[in-house]
Amino acid sequence: MPEGAIAEPAITAKIAVTISVNGKPYAREIEARMLLVEFLRETCDLTGTHVGCDTSYCGACTVLMNGLAVKSCTVLAVQADGADITTVEGLEINGQLGPIQKAFGEAYGLQCGYCTPGLMLATQQLLATNSEPTDGEIRKAIAGNTCRCTGYMNVFKAIRLAGRNVKGA
Amino acid sequence: MLGQLGEDAKLLAGGQSLIPLLKLRFASPKHLVDLNFITGTSFIREEGGALRFGAMTRHSEIEHSPLAGKIPLLHDCAAGIADVQIRNRGTIGGSLAEADPSGDWGNALLTLDTTVHCLGPNGKRAIALKDFVEDAYTTALAHEELVSEVEVKMPPKGSGGAYLAFKRSAPVYPSASVAVQLTMAGDVCREAAIALGCVGLTAMRASEAEAELRGKVVNEKTMATAAEAARAAGDPQPDMRGSAEYKRQLVVALCERALRIAVRRARGERVEGAHLYA
Repeated sequence: MPEGAIAEPAITAKIAVTISVNGKPYAREIEARMLLVEFLRETCDLTGTHVGCDTSYCGACTVLMNGLAVKSCTVLAVQADGADITTVEGLEINGQLGPIQKAFGEAYGLQCGYCTPGLMLATQQLLATNSEPTDGEIRKAIAGNTCRCTGYMNVFKAIRLAGRNVKGA
Repeated sequence: MLGQLGEDAKLLAGGQSLIPLLKLRFASPKHLVDLNFITGTSFIREEGGALRFGAMTRHSEIEHSPLAGKIPLLHDCAAGIADVQIRNRGTIGGSLAEADPSGDWGNALLTLDTTVHCLGPNGKRAIALKDFVEDAYTTALAHEELVSEVEVKMPPKGSGGAYLAFKRSAPVYPSASVAVQLTMAGDVCREAAIALGCVGLTAMRASEAEAELRGKVVNEKTMATAAEAARAAGDPQPDMRGSAEYKRQLVVALCERALRIAVRRARGERVEGAHLYA
């Protein structure tokens, strides 16, 4: 090894991180290879964030990182050190379903529900700046979220309803 | 730091290509150096007749930047890359440094006067994009060098461009892509740049197609002739995205559409959403 070289760390070496999830800080010692979605599900017991494809395609693992939607299977947990993460559990308000969650229920914007947490977080980013999205804007906002059973029509209804709920809230 | 870590270290920018590659074990670096914690590497500035993008500027930042929108082709490209989630993470510098033959920036920027600014232990280097990308996944970057900025010269007055790619769904790489930048004097094309993606080991200029327009009146007939001339360019490989013949047909169709939009934009017309996926 050349002089001054940094040795290869053991793959199991632990790194200390503190990640704020839904407003609560989680201090953990984790391996550098741990994905953000694994951090949320396995070390925070927040299992609402789903692993669908694990290839950056399906968007079931979508969470907000500092307010922006990301696929948590394609972010290393150590990269989120110091970040604010919002998961589907964070869409609740005082233990009650939040406006987006209510809208998905009322408009029946789901069938099996596997993709729903990811869709709701993508919706959260969309509605944060635009509570009356056009169908084109909705289409673009959820293009990274695959649903294999609703056919999307009720998802569109749910998002439009959520926009009205958020605006009225 | 890269010098200390040695050859088995890799830089991590947006991670939207590298992390999937790590999962597939296509890459297994001993060290990852995360560039995301370095401040001041994400910006969009207009300076000396050019737009300058910090290497860590996210696709979504470019998509929503009115400054970047001054060159509509840049907006087309940024707004069409993958999906919202990936555009929120992926970076322009990372995309160019990866040099994926299906990448969007590597093709779109080839039609403009683009310089890649690099930084390493021996100082700074400025490399024209056409020289920066040497082969598939291979750039002129030395091991200890990184991309610091991407500089794009403002096209002259009377110039208009468009970037179009065809994808089977939002999150996937395009099956084929075409970028066009035309500089017009009335109905006559003074300068034409046409670039194709996904049909070779790197994005490439379609010089035969450009020659069909340069110095000529641009109309439906000459645009169709130029698009047809782009068919023979490159060497598309049959794969799960389609046969070689299918990809050549895509190139012709995308080229014709992009030319129509470029001509309108060269006249100063606003053409919104020229390239939006899904």
